[in-house]
Order: sequence, then structure tokens, then C-alpha cells
Amino acid sequence: MNVEIKNYPSARTLVAEICGDIDHHTAKYFRGEIDKAIRSHNPLTLILDYSQVTFMDSSGIGLVMGRYRIMSEMGGEVIVASPPAYIRKVLQLAGMHRLTKIVTDIAPYIQEKKAAQEQNESPDDKTKESDKIETKTP
Amino acid sequence: MKRKPLNEMKVSFPSYSENERFARVAVSGFLTQLDPQIDELADVKTAVSEGVTNAIVHGYRNTLGEIFMQIRIFENRHVYIKIRDKGCGIADVEQAMQPLFTTAPEEERAGLGFAVMESFMDKVKVRSKLGEGTTLILEKTLKERV
Repeated sequence: MNVEIKNYPSARTLVAEICGDIDHHTAKYFRGEIDKAIRSHNPLTLILDYSQVTFMDSSGIGLVMGRYRIMSEMGGEVIVASPPAYIRKVLQLAGMHRLTKIVTDIAPYIQEKKAAQEQNESPDDKTKESDKIETKTP
Repeated sequence: MKRKPLNEMKVSFPSYSENERFARVAVSGFLTQLDPQIDELADVKTAVSEGVTNAIVHGYRNTLGEIFMQIRIFENRHVYIKIRDKGCGIADVEQAMQPLFTTAPEEERAGLGFAVMESFMDKVKVRSKLGEGTTLILEKTLKERV
């Protein structure tokens, strides 16, 4: 299990790609890493990318709810991206779709906010632009 | 009337949070003999994860204890899972089972454990006595494979 955090400063978006199982044991670690990144980058949008989550119980709901609270206090929002079907089921059971957007395409959220005149920029530049911080379990 | 299980498994482990994953994997391994559908297996694993987490977070809060898990398979693909702890017990079971009720908000527990178990299993039963521990019984009849 690990979480890869990508910062898109011009869009003020932070993307946390969570890999592996989210349970009570691993949630503690994910929470710590994500909150550390929120504090240092001050994003307006936090995207929890659940596409590589292999299992999730209600601890994954706690993870969304806790981040929702933090981001709301900062006037920001939380978005859950690409959850697999069985994880979507748990999210929906908890009514998470009423609290956060659940999206499959994060592209609109990581593009520069004033990007209207800079549409010609290639996607490659975008990836380079993001400062990648990868964290692994010790 | 007492029915005889077709197969049975018992396991016990200390209440380390690392063992939440072990409990899920053990259940899923034992149930492979029924060749369950992936979504049904995910439902059972999620319910077991909630039950074992409750024993760790609430039953043995700040202490270490033993968790006992038993799985029985009956005729017609009926699965019976018992998760037992000898922890602090639950004062008010009905209240504990209310959605969003939690005694551990600082740990970001959403209070949805029982709601998840009830939604993913056919039957959820809780027996608890203060100071003696809690027994959770989860039951589900798996769909017939075509």
C-alpha cells in the first residue's frame, strides 16, 4: 500500500492516488500523508483518486469525511475519482455522493484555472509541471 | 433444530490492527470452495472487516486481546461467521447499531460499521455483556452459480 501525491499549483489542486486496501489499519497512514500535503500545499481542490483501491470498508468513508471537514474549513472541496464498482457501493451506502463529487475524469480539475488562452499546451507539459511526491510505507 | 455444517474453520489472533487484513483474507480463502461471485465475496469481506475492526477499536480499546473467528458453511451455500472478543462489551447494543453513532470520532470512525454489515449481509446479530465481551454473528446465503 502507498499513496502518491501530486500537486498542481496553478490549478490549486492536490491529487492523492491511493493504492491498496483502505481499512482501519491503513487509513491512519493515508490520513497522515494526505494531511501533511494539504498543510504544505494549501489546495482548493483535493482529489482522492480511488482507482487503485483494492478493498475499502467504512474506514474509507471516514477518510473522505475527515478530509471533507478539513477542506471545507479552508473553503475548498473534496472530489473522489474513479472508484471501482465495489467501492462505489460502499461510498453510496454512506451517502458520500451527496457530500462530494464522484468523477471519472480529473483533467478539468488539474488544468490551470486561467487556462482559457493557454489551451495549446500539450498534456506532457502538464505531467512535468506537477511536482511528484511519492511516499511508501517504511 | 441444530444443523450440521458441511465445513468449518476456526482461527484466533491478537487484536493488532494488521490482523484486519488477515481476517479478510482468511474468510475469502475459506470461501473460495463455494466459488462465490466477486461482488458477493467483496460484501462478506467488507462485513468481516467491520466486525473485526469493531473488536479491535472498541472491544479491546487501548488494550490487547484475543479475537476468535469461526466460519461455517451449511447446505444451500449458507455462510455463517462468528466474530467474538472478550473485551469491554457494549452497554447499549441498539444504540451502537444506529447509523453514524460512534464512540471513537477522534479516530475518524464514521459510525457506519453496522450499517455496512446490515446492508451487505442477510443477517447480523450482536450479543454483548459489559465487561465480558461481544459476539457478532454474520450470515449470508450466496447466490447459486450457473
